[in-house]
Amino acid sequence: MATGYFFPHRHILGMDHLSAEDIGHILTIAESFKEISARPIKKVPTLRGNTIINLFFEPSTRTRLSFEVAAKRMSADTFNISASTSSATKGETLIDTARNITAMRPDIIIIRHSHSGAPHMLTRYVDAAIINAGDGTHEHPSQALLDLMTVREHRGRLDGLKIAIIGDIMHSRVAHSNIIGFTRMGSSVHVFGPATLLPPGLERLGATVCSSLGEAVRDADVVMTLRIQKERQNDPLLPSFREYAREYGVTRDVVALARPDALVMHPGPVNRGIELMPDVADGPQSVILDQVTNGVAVRMALLYLVMGNS
Amino acid sequence: MADNWLIKNGRIIDPKNGIDRQGDLLVLEGRIAAEQTPVPASARVIEASGCWVVPGLIDMHVHLREPGEEYKEDIVSGTRAAAAGGFTAVVCMPNTRPVNDCAAVTAMILERARQGSARVYPVGAISSGSRGRKLAEYGELKEAGAVGVSDDGLPVRDSQLMRRALEYAGDFGLAVISHSEDPSLSTGVMNEGEVATRLGLKGIPAAAEAIMVYREIALAEQTGQRVHIAHVSTAMSVELIRAARARGVRVSAETTPHYFTLTDEAVEGYNTNAKMNPPLRSARDREAIREALADGTLDAIATDHAPHSSLEKEVEFDLAANGIIGLETSLPLSLALVRDGLIDARRLVELMSTGPAAILGLPGGSLGAGEAADITVIDPDQTFTYTEDQVVSKSRNSPFLGWRLQGRAVLTMVGGRVTHDCRQA
Ligand SMILES: [Zn+2]
Repeated sequence: MATGYFFPHRHILGMDHLSAEDIGHILTIAESFKEISARPIKKVPTLRGNTIINLFFEPSTRTRLSFEVAAKRMSADTFNISASTSSATKGETLIDTARNITAMRPDIIIIRHSHSGAPHMLTRYVDAAIINAGDGTHEHPSQALLDLMTVREHRGRLDGLKIAIIGDIMHSRVAHSNIIGFTRMGSSVHVFGPATLLPPGLERLGATVCSSLGEAVRDADVVMTLRIQKERQNDPLLPSFREYAREYGVTRDVVALARPDALVMHPGPVNRGIELMPDVADGPQSVILDQVTNGVAVRMALLYLVMGNS
Repeated sequence: MADNWLIKNGRIIDPKNGIDRQGDLLVLEGRIAAEQTPVPASARVIEASGCWVVPGLIDMHVHLREPGEEYKEDIVSGTRAAAAGGFTAVVCMPNTRPVNDCAAVTAMILERARQGSARVYPVGAISSGSRGRKLAEYGELKEAGAVGVSDDGLPVRDSQLMRRALEYAGDFGLAVISHSEDPSLSTGVMNEGEVATRLGLKGIPAAAEAIMVYREIALAEQTGQRVHIAHVSTAMSVELIRAARARGVRVSAETTPHYFTLTDEAVEGYNTNAKMNPPLRSARDREAIREALADGTLDAIATDHAPHSSLEKEVEFDLAANGIIGLETSLPLSLALVRDGLIDARRLVELMSTGPAAILGLPGGSLGAGEAADITVIDPDQTFTYTEDQVVSKSRNSPFLGWRLQGRAVLTMVGGRVTHDCRQA
């Protein structure tokens, strides 16, 4: 870690705001926190007396749990607020909830919301550090950071790698954050999926858009598949999951095109047999479980760094 | 008391009468006097040196929100904003509550407008309730004072209904104003493109507008009727209109200052004051709109003034209402086109006064002798910062707040009555 470096962010809203230096710093801190998780007493007093609110407007057991474990391991007081956006009387819920929460004087608010930009909006209404735990189809920075950490752990570096991301790029905040994160660290990101799920302008984000699954995966260091979400299918994007699995599903044969030691990743939860075949998801190249472990360490690092800046 | 004025030493620009001269303009009893008319002693002097004296500006596309949403704007506040922006007349869209689809609502708007600071010309609905199913009663709307018909805010989905509207409106000499948007394609919240992808916001493709613009052109061509395209935002639409006019189709079109000033980059930071429909487009689209204003493909600059309160705007971007206020910034933003050398002063007056009057058959747009004295005096050099505390509209939803603007209406006069005066003493 460079001497004289100060983590310059009060909020973690997206990978877009983080420089390569910031990302490297977060990962180094996360690696040191990972060691805590291996201790018999998995707790440090770093955030004792701090109040952290998990404000989840979208159901997400994994991410919420991961942040909660991270906060508890650092001795912070955590509160979970699950709000619903379905009753959204034109968004009043977000501001109203934000104002009510302010009364609890939180130090950090971790927000998950179905609308892109909701965390940005929250920064204008509350005086806490905001961590984006996934907003709409925009960003999911802590997921990208744990993916970067997992790859760095296995490869020892993050530059000069070929990362293949396959699937619903359009609706995936994980894909957006990973495209930014991996390209910023000096790797090249190759994306492929049905044209109906590839938004315009991906090249401007730094990705290379491929015209076949083979082109994307060939000699890749990482093959990442994305969850095809059933709830977004009111637009005729795909004829069927069956055809998706046949044309775009990542099978053992597809993975064989990548480097022999390529890592298979998925942000979870996996639709086994649709975007990723079970033998691949559970195969020797899969690091899906490491992703979960590293999630806690990365989130501990984020909590630590934003608190250091308030 | 007779409204007698002598507007002195201005640059009088009146494209309709082929006039661009330095001199004085006399107003006698609320009407423009012929040149050489002796000046009565009662005439009060308005010093206009360094200023342009032009026929009163006409905004052919505003939302005054009355009846029904008076917390956002009403006819009195909206016309006051109009006067402050140099407008002597505004054309108000029918998407009020209730919808202006009958003589009673039209008459109510005109009655309320008598307390206003600008002339108000209501547009009636194309379809009953703007529900897109059956024609509204154009005969009674026309008789009550409607100057055109539109289901603005909503596209007319049904092509047969649109065809019948063009034909039937033709019988009454009413312009049909099309809000051109294919609703099946426009399910997003901002322009489709790189910025939308980056922000994770669902895009509205340019084709959503162009497809309906072409439908209106095809229907106008088929029936021989005329159609007016509201708030053109894309290069594709401009191309279609240009080609249609070249082959003689009776299509006219307007754009707004935000489409020739801003791009979708303005949405950055989830700025809900940059959310409108059609959305702000790409730099290429903006360039095409600017060219079309210069080459005559577009006939008018309108504002699509759409007031919303913080209830509709201080929310998640996806949930925010579409639209921005525009009456008070339209003239300075349009004057920038003159400074950029894209159009001359005469063309500016055509786009903001003569053009709209001609499309809708309104009085005004002329400084000819005997016309009502609807006059705007413009100081093209005065600069000001547009801040919240000086907004005259009831609403504050402008992406131009904080902008340093150049050029403004220093005096606005409707029928010889001064409705706005911010001349520096
Ligand atoms: Zn409209």
